[in-house]
Formats: sequence, C-alpha cells, structure tokens
Amino acid sequence: MNTTPVIRTRALTKTYLMGSTQVHALRGIDLTVSPGEFVAIMGASGSGKSTFMNILGCLDQPTSGSYELDGESTAGLDRDALADIRNRKLGFVFQGFNLLARTSALDNVELPLLYARSGRRRAARELALAALARVGLADRAHHHPNELSGGQQQRVAIARALVTEPTLLLADEPTGNLDSRTGMEVLALFQELNRQGITIVLVTHEHDIARYTRRVVELRDGRIIGDDPVSQPGDAAADLASPAFLPQAV
Amino acid sequence: MRTLVLVKVALQSIRKNTLRTALTMLGIIIGVGAVIVMVAVGLGAKQRINEKIQNLGTNMIVLTPGATAPGGVSQGAGSFNRLTVADAEVLRREATLLTAVSPVIFAGANIQGGTGNWRTAVNGVSLDFPVIRDWRVASGAFFDAGDLRAARKVAVLGATVARSLFGDQDPVGQEVQIRNVPFRIIGVLAEKGQTATGADQDDVVLAPYTTVQTRLAGRQFIPQILAATASPADIPAAMEEIRAIMRQQHRLASWEDDDFTVRNQADLAAAAEGTTEVMTMLLAAIASISLLVGGIGIMNIMLVSVTERTREIGIRLAVGAHGSDIMVQFLVESTVMAALGGLVGVGVGYAGAALLGHATGWDTVVSPPTVALALAFSAGVGIFFGFYPARKAANLNPIEALRYE
Repeated sequence: MNTTPVIRTRALTKTYLMGSTQVHALRGIDLTVSPGEFVAIMGASGSGKSTFMNILGCLDQPTSGSYELDGESTAGLDRDALADIRNRKLGFVFQGFNLLARTSALDNVELPLLYARSGRRRAARELALAALARVGLADRAHHHPNELSGGQQQRVAIARALVTEPTLLLADEPTGNLDSRTGMEVLALFQELNRQGITIVLVTHEHDIARYTRRVVELRDGRIIGDDPVSQPGDAAADLASPAFLPQAV
Repeated sequence: MRTLVLVKVALQSIRKNTLRTALTMLGIIIGVGAVIVMVAVGLGAKQRINEKIQNLGTNMIVLTPGATAPGGVSQGAGSFNRLTVADAEVLRREATLLTAVSPVIFAGANIQGGTGNWRTAVNGVSLDFPVIRDWRVASGAFFDAGDLRAARKVAVLGATVARSLFGDQDPVGQEVQIRNVPFRIIGVLAEKGQTATGADQDDVVLAPYTTVQTRLAGRQFIPQILAATASPADIPAAMEEIRAIMRQQHRLASWEDDDFTVRNQADLAAAAEGTTEVMTMLLAAIASISLLVGGIGIMNIMLVSVTERTREIGIRLAVGAHGSDIMVQFLVESTVMAALGGLVGVGVGYAGAALLGHATGWDTVVSPPTVALALAFSAGVGIFFGFYPARKAANLNPIEALRYE
C-alpha cells in the first residue's frame, strides 16, 4: 500500500498585510495526513483554519514553510501549475455548494474534466455519470441546481469533487448550509467514501460534525493546539435511522 | 480539441443570456447595417455617375482652351482663349486616329415659336457632332454640309425644347425666332436624359457652328472642340496626337506649356468618382462610429458579466482552469457575440439598402467586399473590446472569486 503522506506540512506560516498591520494567520503548522484518513480541522473563526484550508487546497501559497501534497512539493509553483495540481489531486466541497447555475448536474460534474490536461476528457460523460451514480443521483443528471434540494446540490458538488479521482477530498463546512437531517446524510456519504479509501479533510467549527470523523486537529491563533483521534466515531448512517432523525409525521 | 471545449462553454453561456446577448448585439447590428447601407448609397451614386458619363458619348475627347497644371500654379482652364474653328479643321484634316471632330460654340438665347418662348442653350456644332455624342435624330434630319458652308439658319431641337414649344406636334418644317433671327427647324433629336450632375441634356438647340458664330456669338474663338476615336483603346494615342497637332498649330516653343487642355471621359469619370469616393468614405466613417459605440456596449456588458459571474470564474479556477482558459472563454463569448451581430447586421444592411433604394429612388449597391470587411471588423471589435474584460476575468484570485457574493 502507498504510504506517501497525502499531506505533509512543515513550519507552515502565512502572514497577511491588512492595511499597514501584519496579520499572522498561521504561525508554524506541522501536519501529516496519511492515505485513507478522515480528518476534521476545527477552530473558531479567526483561528486560521480557512487560511490553512486555502493552502492545503493549493488556492494560496504559504509565506514560509513547506507543503507537500501526495509527495509533490508545491513551493514556487505559479498559478497555472497550482491549477493543474488542483485539477489532478484535489476535490473541493464548499459550504455554499458552488455549482454553476443554469447548468445541468451532469455538466457541473463534468466541469473538472473539461480542464484536465490529460486524456481523461474523452470519457468525460461516462465518468461524470458514474460519479453521480456514486452519490446516488444518477436519476437527477439532467436537473439544474435550482431543481434540486440543498442536500442533492451538495451531493452533486461531491460528485464533481470525486470525478477526477483525487488524492484528497477537501470539504469546507460542507453541512453549514444544510438542515441537520440532510447534513447527516452528507456526513454518511463522506463516511462511506472514506470507507472506500478516499482521504478526506473536513473543515468545521462544530464538534457535533467533527465526531463523525476519525481524527480532530484543532487550531487556535494559527497554531495546532490539539491533534487527537476520535475515540468512538459516530455512525451517521445509523444515527439517521434513530428517532431524532426520522421524518416527522404530518 | 481544448479550444473546441472552450468555444462550447462560451456558446453555452451566450445561450443562457439570450435577451442580454440580443441587446448587446443590437449595437453591432446597427453599426454593421449602417456601414453597409451608407457604402451602398455611395457606391450607387458612383455607379449612376459612371453610367451618365458613359451616356455622354463613348470614345469622346474634349479639347478646351487654357492650360491646366496639376499640382502647380495655373491661370486656370480657359483663362486665355485660343481655340479657333481653324484648329478644329486642322485636327479633322491631320489627325489619323480621330473619326470625328466638331467645334462647339455656346450661345444662350431666347427662342420664340410654336406656343410661346423658351430660354435655352444654342450650340453651334459641325456635322460630326451626332457621331461624337452618339446622338440620333428622332424626326427630320440633321443639317448637311451645304447648310454648314452657307451658314444657313437651320436648327435641330432637343427633345425638351421641342416639347416645350410645340407640345405633341412635330415641329419639323416650322419656324422659330432665335434672338429674333428666324430659323427653320429641320429635325428633332432623340431623348438623351440627364447628365451626371442632373442637367437636362435635351434642353438644347443645335445649329451649324458657322451660323451660330456669325448670327449669335460673333466671336472668333470657340470654347470647346469635341472629337471621337474609333475605339476606346485609341484614346490615349489620339490625345497625344491632338496635343502634337495643337502645339504645332499654336506655334508653341518646346519650353512653353500647352495653352489648351485635352481630356477624355475616363478623366471626367475619375474626377466624379473621386468626389463620390470621398462622400462614401465620409458616410462609412460616420457609420463606423456606431460600430465603435456597439463595441463599447460589448465591453460594458462583458465587464458586467465578469463581475456577475465572479463566482463561476472562481469555481472554474478552483477545479483547475488556467487563466488562459478563462480568457479564451470570455474572448470567444465577446467575439461570437460581435460576429453574430455582424452577421445579422449584414442582413439588416441588405434589407436597409433595398428599402432605402425603394423609398428614395436612389441606386444602392451592396458590395461583397464591404460586407466581408464589415463582418471582419465587427469580429475585430469583439476581440478588441472583449480583451480587457477577459483579462480581468482571467486574473481573478480564485479565493476571492469563490467568496464573492
């Protein structure tokens, strides 16, 4: 089995200039995530978790320190090289879904393949359909986002993240815009995907969400203040069946 | 292949904003349509003038007194009158390439006869004149050599004069008073129509130049000699021949300039064409301004579109689009929009030109090169005015774009 860490950061810092004051968003982060892990990154707003997420997602570059994604150093890469890494190795799931409006679910899922530099584009249709089937939305392929529920939209977004078979799935508050039941459904899907071997990093500020992952990394003021395995991870699928989540009788 | 995908993406987003796309295209449609209609009007005028000039008589050479010095200081054509009937006779006798030569003496006169009186031009000409001007006699006959030699008081009326004085009656054999001198009408000319400048060519009376010179003008010098060659190909050589003969006839030393001017219909056509060309350019330039305004409209909409679709751009960048992919997408969008507008504009131009021609009676000529140019220009406008918004989109920061509300 492949043992190259999916994520390996060393002494990662990020400093912003806001006006004339320097803001130290990250003050030296060392983190290693191995293949197959399901990690929650927790922290209050201002803890630096969004900044950390952007760097992990190759949307931003650190001020100092190193970041290797799947053994590949991201130091000194330009915009286009970072874009290629995002395309090949990363799948994003956002709080606000970020689907293209007036574009069918299938076309949304296909989007990353349009920009793929390799030959994967040829089978884009089939790959997109397969990804939709994987999140249980094969029958909604031709619906537009505004015809889908929030939970369904988020599952389209997950399918889009999966379609390129990324090394790492990055989810930023993926349940933040969902009611607790559909949020739980999304968590159940994540757990299922993780069981299938997909490495997931989930950013959240809710402990209730974090307990469905298998490891919690806590940030405060740009530093890691806790890194513990979850002793008894919740089972989202099982909890969905519990009375609290049963559909309410009318 | 990759570009094909980007074109597809651009076309999709054009389709998704039908109304906005149509409104943006309207500027280009009007611009291209206006250019095509304006140029069609200009070309129509040019063609009409050319036809009129052809109508003056083919193979015609015009000799007028006075020098022309193109580009230099000149006393002006006709500043010193030194053409005589003798010159015309010498040309007729000596020039080998000329098939016909006629002096033309102009005299304005009041004509009385028939039902009233009429003011018109009386031109004294020779027997060759109908040949040179390619002008038939519709009724009666032209005067003959005997009339010319004896300076008989005979006249051939233009169609307009005949109609004005005699109505539907045939005036041949009747008498008219030209400046109180009685003339016998021996013929009526066929209808010739208007000149390039809109003058009525049929409003004229022709008489032997001998008669006009003695009875009406009374001058030794003549203002114009007309000549004709057998074919248009002979014209340049014939013009040189006329120059040589005239220089000798006028005894000009080698260092002296010509004291006469030789022109042909092609020169006149070129001069007239020059005028209409300037007019056409002017019209096209004014119309192009609307095309430019259309282009600015495209830029405006594309900028709005980029702002509005910031999130979409952010998503595309996040899943791996290069800046250049975004740039191409927006450039294709603006170019397709402009080119499509251009295409519709061509249709509008054709229809507009036909409609305008129908409504005003002007000739309008839509030229395919103009259409091609207008189309290419509109696509160029799309690229040019789409560039700035497209670059703006391509340079967006993905993090900020994703966070954009």
